[in-house]
Amino acid sequence: MAQRCPDVRVQEQDFDVSDLQRELLGDAGRAGAVASFTGLVRVSNEQREVSAMVLEHYPAMTERSIQKIVDEARQRWQVLGVKVVHRVGSLHPGDQIVYVGVSCRHRGDAFQACEFIMDYLKTRAPFWKKEISAGGEHWVESRDSDALAAQRWKD
Amino acid sequence: MIKVLFFARLREQLGVASLDLEYSASLATLAALQQELVTQGGADWQAALEAENVLRAVNQEEAALDQVLADGDEVAFFPPVTGG
Repeated sequence: MAQRCPDVRVQEQDFDVSDLQRELLGDAGRAGAVASFTGLVRVSNEQREVSAMVLEHYPAMTERSIQKIVDEARQRWQVLGVKVVHRVGSLHPGDQIVYVGVSCRHRGDAFQACEFIMDYLKTRAPFWKKEISAGGEHWVESRDSDALAAQRWKD
Repeated sequence: MIKVLFFARLREQLGVASLDLEYSASLATLAALQQELVTQGGADWQAALEAENVLRAVNQEEAALDQVLADGDEVAFFPPVTGG
């Protein structure tokens, strides 16, 4: 039997969503629903022409903190399989940054668990984005809307 | 020895990515360690580390200022995260 791929990966290399979905369905049978999200580097920023985005991270903490989020999703919903990939390093407009895929028996759990993982990842996982443009470098600010999105999952 | 790491904008503000502090009984908590860094670093370090939105971790887990420290721990200071 082939070695199971890890549920959570932090890497510089790009990923292929169809490969990830195949892994997801291979890991756990009985799935009736797969919900996924892919985050990309937006092509243009309203205030500056961004030529690159650098993703910094805290290497010892990232996979662990995402795994905790995944574990919480498994406790809250009937989740069969989860795959999360988050890239780090230097990315360009249009590049894929992050993938979250969830397989469940039913679509309600799949949609909710996928959104939950993304909302928590955006507020808890130790990554920081820096935009590089002709005018210089600029650290992306955290958004109130992300904090609010994470807040709505609290009991 | 306690290893202290700084990330992202905080690292740039302080000009330091990491430093080691000799562990002693006076570094009993994260608050005490932060105060030691402020005492050594001066006003710039105080402004950076005492800012309202600074996040902290001990041994790669989010931690509050009252977190107890032990010799060999790894401490990190960083701004609000912006991944995803």
